[in-house]
Amino acid sequence: MTEELLEVRLRVNGVAHDLRVPARRLLSDALRHDLGLTGTHVGCEHGVCGACTVLADGRPVRACLMFAVSAVGLELTTVEGLADVDGTLSNVQQAFAECHGLQCGFCTPGFLTTITAGLRDNPQPTHDEARDMIAGNLCRCTGYQNIVKAVERAAELGAGETS
Amino acid sequence: MKPAPFAYVRPGSLADALSALAGDPGAKVLAGGQSLVPLLSMRLAAPSTLVDINGLPGLDAVTVTADGVRVGALARHADVLAHDEAARVQPLLRLALSHVAHATIRNRGTTVGSIVHADAAAEMPVVLTLLGGSVEVAGPSGTRTIPATDLYVGPLETCLAQDEIATTAFFPALAPGARVAFAEIARRHGDYALVGAAALVDGDSVRVGYVSVGDVPTVVDLTGVPLNEMAATALAQLDPADDIHATAAYRAQLVRVLTERVVTEARTDD
Amino acid sequence: MTTKLMGTGVQRVEDQRFLRGLGRYADDVAVDPSTLHAAVLRSPHAHARIVDIDVADVLDVEGVHAVWTYDDLTGPMAEPLPLLIPHPMLTHGRTQYALAKDEVNYVGEAIAFVVADDRYVAEDAVGKIKVSYELLPPVVGIDAARAADRLVHDDVPGNVGARMEQNTGDVQAAMAAAPHRLTLDLTVERSACMPMEGRGTVARWDPDIDRLQVWSSTQTSTGVRAVVAVKLGLDLRQVDVITPDVGGGFGVKINHPWPEELLVPLAARTLGRTVKFTEDRREHFISTAHERGQVQYIEVGFDDDGRLLALDVKFWHDHGAYTPYGLIVPIITSTQLLGPYKPEVYRVVFESLYTNTVMVTPYRGAGRPQGCFAMERTMDAIAAELGKDRTEVRAVNFIQPDEFPFEQGLVFQDGRELTYDSGDYPASLEKIKALIGWDEFPAFRAEMAAEGRQVGIGLACYVEGTGVGPYEGAHVHVETSGKVKVATGLTTQGQGHATVFAQLVADELGCRFEDVEVVTGDTRRMPYAVGTFASRAAVMSGSAIHLAAKRAKEKALKIAAEALEASPDDLQIVDGVVSVKGSPGSSIDLGTVAVLSNPLRYAFDEASKAATQFTVGDPGKPPVAEDEEPGLEGTDFYSPERSTFASGMHAVIVETDPLTAEIRILKYAVVHDCGKLINPMIVEGQIHGGVAQGVGGALYERMVYDESGQLLNASFMDFLMPYVTEVPDGIDIDHLETPSPLNPLGIKGAGEAGVIPSAAVFASAIEDAESIPITAMPISPSELFHLRLTHAEETP
Repeated sequence: MTEELLEVRLRVNGVAHDLRVPARRLLSDALRHDLGLTGTHVGCEHGVCGACTVLADGRPVRACLMFAVSAVGLELTTVEGLADVDGTLSNVQQAFAECHGLQCGFCTPGFLTTITAGLRDNPQPTHDEARDMIAGNLCRCTGYQNIVKAVERAAELGAGETS
Repeated sequence: MKPAPFAYVRPGSLADALSALAGDPGAKVLAGGQSLVPLLSMRLAAPSTLVDINGLPGLDAVTVTADGVRVGALARHADVLAHDEAARVQPLLRLALSHVAHATIRNRGTTVGSIVHADAAAEMPVVLTLLGGSVEVAGPSGTRTIPATDLYVGPLETCLAQDEIATTAFFPALAPGARVAFAEIARRHGDYALVGAAALVDGDSVRVGYVSVGDVPTVVDLTGVPLNEMAATALAQLDPADDIHATAAYRAQLVRVLTERVVTEARTDD
Repeated sequence: MTTKLMGTGVQRVEDQRFLRGLGRYADDVAVDPSTLHAAVLRSPHAHARIVDIDVADVLDVEGVHAVWTYDDLTGPMAEPLPLLIPHPMLTHGRTQYALAKDEVNYVGEAIAFVVADDRYVAEDAVGKIKVSYELLPPVVGIDAARAADRLVHDDVPGNVGARMEQNTGDVQAAMAAAPHRLTLDLTVERSACMPMEGRGTVARWDPDIDRLQVWSSTQTSTGVRAVVAVKLGLDLRQVDVITPDVGGGFGVKINHPWPEELLVPLAARTLGRTVKFTEDRREHFISTAHERGQVQYIEVGFDDDGRLLALDVKFWHDHGAYTPYGLIVPIITSTQLLGPYKPEVYRVVFESLYTNTVMVTPYRGAGRPQGCFAMERTMDAIAAELGKDRTEVRAVNFIQPDEFPFEQGLVFQDGRELTYDSGDYPASLEKIKALIGWDEFPAFRAEMAAEGRQVGIGLACYVEGTGVGPYEGAHVHVETSGKVKVATGLTTQGQGHATVFAQLVADELGCRFEDVEVVTGDTRRMPYAVGTFASRAAVMSGSAIHLAAKRAKEKALKIAAEALEASPDDLQIVDGVVSVKGSPGSSIDLGTVAVLSNPLRYAFDEASKAATQFTVGDPGKPPVAEDEEPGLEGTDFYSPERSTFASGMHAVIVETDPLTAEIRILKYAVVHDCGKLINPMIVEGQIHGGVAQGVGGALYERMVYDESGQLLNASFMDFLMPYVTEVPDGIDIDHLETPSPLNPLGIKGAGEAGVIPSAAVFASAIEDAESIPITAMPISPSELFHLRLTHAEETP
């Protein structure tokens, strides 16, 4: 028996994509394998590690805990959509580069999306708020020390732009 | 770790959702999916149909009146947590919600979903029970209101029928002069609590709800019990268990510590 | 001169890809609807005989292309997987089959392999395979293995894979003569590397050129290449292994081949399609490898100052169901246990035991954390016994700076003498005491006690053999554009090799850092290599790259000298330009030198026009001199006599809650000596990550098996890797740079150091806070609570 395929329109990084996927296709798999947006990584597929975090209508969500068919109508942003169109790194990306906020890079996209939303909601976090902002994402390489620094550095870069 | 196949419907009205549920005894409701999807991916659950209610109109509201807070089935934890009016009318909501998983999960997970998932290790079922709240349920024969005290019938089990949908949870307002407190201890920040406790103190009345110390959310009336005997009284009604993270004896110790902590806090003026 | 980049915290070049989501990990390769996906049926039982496997229901599933069991394997594929490190003392080594033959020995062992259109369908198919088992009694845990009432393998008596002893003298006599004696019983539980990316392999067979391409998330591409060729019956030249970006390894990806690393290439060749296997998280828990589990018994004799006169250690190492990686972990424990100390007599005996659990292969530290735990617990016990400060007891036992090279009188993991190359342990101790505030701690403790708070301080020291052989190589190629392409064969899992190796090349060759591009782990570019493990990449490949760059530079100078009509000794290379010192007008670009290095018959652009036989060279001589080769390249290999020995000390202040027994980290300090630093930013990053993994291993992470051999916490929900909220808020780091005399750069390895002393340092601090002996790690609040209860009962 062939599995039924559903027509799904996903809006990702401002672009609409029409897909035909089974209902059970996880959003993470649709992004990666159907759209080729492999920057979103899958670390656990049970919602704990945060590597697959994308923004849905600007809010961080776990792409592994959603079905592609449920994402219809949401404006999705993946790591590929964070830099400017001209290729300039966003403040958060730039801060990660400056602060050595990544090593193997596998968890990084989930941190970048999460922090992007976090700093939009709270552009000048305290040190504790900076730590709290990344409290739901696992990293096995950095011990988080430089990721916290990157959050604070990104806030600094953001403040520099608005002042 | 991929879900087994299932049929999928995304109804545009509650009536359609109910008939979809009624049409397949193996159908299940999908709201936030933060608890359900991992179970599907691990193939620990395999419903034949998922009825995705995310397209239903009007269920995402958080409505605050003098009576209390009504939380629609599609209101995300994050919406409730951020709702200042809700926090004012019933402060325990915000106190407890800040302990629910991590922020990203709260962005998608729904409060009503968590309540009907009926996990005794989760915060919101206990909060609803402690506050004497209720759940509004729609079914083939109309709607009904289930008081929290009747809702939980066993581990991960409510009295909802398979063809019913919880549409709203109602958290009564905090009575004037009454006070609440919440505390929990988890292995890691954001994990399910090893033990959690929520206190509601109203004049002489002292009631404490417990997370993770029984099969179902448990509230103990400690009115009239001296502070230093409260934990013992509570433990007589609780059933802490061993698991890989903590022994029953350690959980009992946390009950002792947290009972005193939340009751004292709830009794202390700001 | 250009500023030297060695020692500079240069920003990482690889980050530009990673930050844009352009990293390419194994599962990102061959993203195409035509790629087939594999899933594996794994044993649900820890110990069972396979009576029958029925795959009839699967063949009908639409989208399924292959279902294989052991019976489908032939030739070398039907033989057991290789025993990679066949140590002579491993008398009873056993390895599994790619797909289980007759018997399964752990939950998770591969039984059947399915290839389908996508992973969803493959998993559906796996669920339809019916296996009947005859259950056998499982052996779970070291106690059960030692008791040997049941056997994991019928033909391995006592469940003992190996028994090994080393000693440096008559320990019994020395013990008898010692004025003080103590014994300790210690336990360290299982944990695992748990990289964020699991295993993954993609393979594509190209029939047009009879060649197999394999991408694997591995720490050794050359190792995978060799075994794939042997198992598939291909010539080595027919197999390319490319290591894509790897999402963390921490040791587990050095083991090879995993069953899927062979089955995927076999499927690709058989089916003529690109095939991919991407492990999921549950599979990673139950079918890769764990580490750390040991039970230790220590007897120590010492004098009034705490000087070690006799150290007698026995330990039992749980190596799980199979031994593909030999005895590396317990050998390292048994030798590196000594740390910076020099006991007068040392004897160590270990047994490496089979259990019906996931096999054990190195995890960052590779046996050192257990050895450090044994030694440092012993030091603390001696200090307690003598009523001395813990740092004093350590200090009297240190190898002194003037004693290097220091021979410990043991044989190390590489079969060579355990000889420390250099170090300065007394200086490290002074630094760590200052950094943590050791001498000020009693006042702090009193201050906290006044607030009803309970704190403790701990210290642990280690020495780590890094940069083991046998060798690594490098190829440096200056292209005619002036760009410098560098290849080394070992692989990268986040260490920043593309940056640090480029720093070395830029420094040695004199080219611009931005012009250097480093490729690692691609057998097409450097087919001779060993792998990334044992904190060896910087030492081994770093040295090889330095030497290869030097060769390229020598050649560049020779060619440029002719072109500039100067002596090579008078030339310098700065920012990619060769010039005569003191005469900047007389210069030539490295790219042009590359053009000149390759005399051409055919011109294809302006640059190459300058290199045709009509324009270059002396018509009276051969265009390529007899002792030369065309091209501006340098290849070299580095193969040191023995390992370098990095060292360090960690200290921590913890607070333990008197009511809830929660353990909070107040301050964490690290003094680290890995010789000369190439990139301090990257070295500190390695330390940060190691410390966090160490915190996990000490306070949160354990593999919990039940009696039947089921792993009860095979998910990130229940295997508690630290989030930011569980790691120290800030790690104070100080460096000491004692150069290694063994390599041209004076460097030592840094990758594993951060994790080695964690269990030891936390045990020390918690014991100090609680005044209760801490003998087992990790420790949870629940366990600390029970220790308190037991201790209160025992000391009325």
